Amino acid sequence: MAYSKIVMDHFENPRNVGKIMDADGIGEVGNAVCGDIMKIYLKIDNDTISDVKFNTFGCGAAIAASSMTTELIKGKTVDQALQLTNKAVMEALDGLPPVKHHCSVLAEEAVKAAIDDYYKKHDNKEVCGASTGCTCK
Amino acid sequence: MKVYADNAATTAVSKEVVDAMLPCFTKIYGNPSSVHTIGQEAAIELEAARSTIGKCLNAEPRELFFTSGGTEADNWAIQNAAIIGAKKNKRHIISSRFEHHAVLHTLNKLEKQGFEIQLLEVYSEGLVRPEDLQAALREDTALVTIMYANNEIGTIQPIPLLGKICRDHGVIFHTDAVQAVGHLPIDVKEQFIDMLSLSAHKFHGPKGVGALYCRKGIPLNVFIEGGAQERGKRGGTENIPSIVGMAAALEQISRKMEQNSDKVFALQNTLIEALSAVPHSRLNGNREKRLPGIVNFCFEGIEGEAMLLMLDALGICASSGSACTSGSLDPSHVLLALGLPHEIAHGSLRMSFSEYNSKEEVDYIIEKLPPIIQRLRSMSPVWEKIERGE
Ligand SMILES: Cc1ncc(COP(=O)(O)O)c(C=O)c1O
Ligand code: FES
Repeated sequence: MAYSKIVMDHFENPRNVGKIMDADGIGEVGNAVCGDIMKIYLKIDNDTISDVKFNTFGCGAAIAASSMTTELIKGKTVDQALQLTNKAVMEALDGLPPVKHHCSVLAEEAVKAAIDDYYKKHDNKEVCGASTGCTCK
Repeated sequence: MKVYADNAATTAVSKEVVDAMLPCFTKIYGNPSSVHTIGQEAAIELEAARSTIGKCLNAEPRELFFTSGGTEADNWAIQNAAIIGAKKNKRHIISSRFEHHAVLHTLNKLEKQGFEIQLLEVYSEGLVRPEDLQAALREDTALVTIMYANNEIGTIQPIPLLGKICRDHGVIFHTDAVQAVGHLPIDVKEQFIDMLSLSAHKFHGPKGVGALYCRKGIPLNVFIEGGAQERGKRGGTENIPSIVGMAAALEQISRKMEQNSDKVFALQNTLIEALSAVPHSRLNGNREKRLPGIVNFCFEGIEGEAMLLMLDALGICASSGSACTSGSLDPSHVLLALGLPHEIAHGSLRMSFSEYNSKEEVDYIIEKLPPIIQRLRSMSPVWEKIERGE
């Protein structure tokens, strides 16, 4: 399996690894497909993601996708972060092998779950189509 | 440092083997079926190789059939026994849960054709129990096929006992000995083996060549239609260089089997001892009944592919039974057969050694691996829970 240079860089030097103790939103998603788990912590000030950290149990692609995702959403508004798709994560990583596409889906879901958690904690708003399975949109 | 610790996947071809093969490309290049001198020189090499391999297994040369490797030998042996069985209305086949896919997928195919496949448990130790085989045998059992030693965890099955039970019942006993040949003493007569598969590239021979042993008296059906090669059972001009290389490799490794085994066992023991000190780690498979070269550990809270990538970056080549490395949805069927939960099976690492490995290499692994485990654990939400005791 050949990973791109960017994937290997993010795997070997993952950005934003860790936890945020006083996080405003935490999203943990697991992929039953292969038993991997991704956890994203968000610090949100004035609707902007001021800090983000992750913990991931998974393959090289899952770790790289988590790392890239944190970079993509850091400094963005919550709404912008909600627009993040797994495709954008893959593109930023210069592609993933087909069997690893679900690792990027996991990253997208983790962000949505974390924002969902933030909304729940802060103004009880729910994110449409987030990991809760909400279909109100 | 470059450490090749994946000898269960394949081995390096030895210098002596290459030397034995080379003349078969340029000097003894004839077709063994040809009447002329150059052809007959090749025929002589071919039969010499057959008899060398026979001696190493205590088989007659005429009981050996060359194949393209272990996979083909497994396919052939199993399908052959199924054809023989079906003629007598016997459609029950016994195997084990942790066979190689060459066996399991062939059995799946037969199941679709109406055969009843019964897979014996291997329990947490990775060993088939003879009493289970005894209890499973039926009037309509056509075949028992149990691997000699497992390729992922290295456990050695009680082959002579299983063979004896089958012989007493008059049932064909096949063993996939791909991981065992050249590494363990095998005597097909003493061990009651009716059919056996072997593959050259697991003992420093070339890839793409192997053999099927089929005991005299067991009918063997044609597997590949064509010329009269392999007594008409497998058509196609023989791969002389590879067959000669396989014989040279087996002869060489058989001569040094005890010496190799002592050396490789010492490496295994050192590694097992060191890795057992890693918290939340476990050695997979029985501690005693194992091949000298295979060490398989699970490290909780992390995933195998990530471990492999980090090891590779440091020059260490190993393998894993994690789902993420297989491209399939489940972790290795071998680890699941041991009763390991998916989550733990994901964190498996197989390191396999040959006599070409050194103590320095194992020390290098012992130095490099624990920090990798620690690093991956430090970023794992699963490990966080394990540490909290959840
Ligand atoms: C136990 C076992 N059986 C069969 C095979 C297949 O052998 P080959 O690669 O020669 O087809 C292998 C190795 O890949 C093996 O380990
Ligand atoms: S975590 Fe299993 S394939 Fe990515």
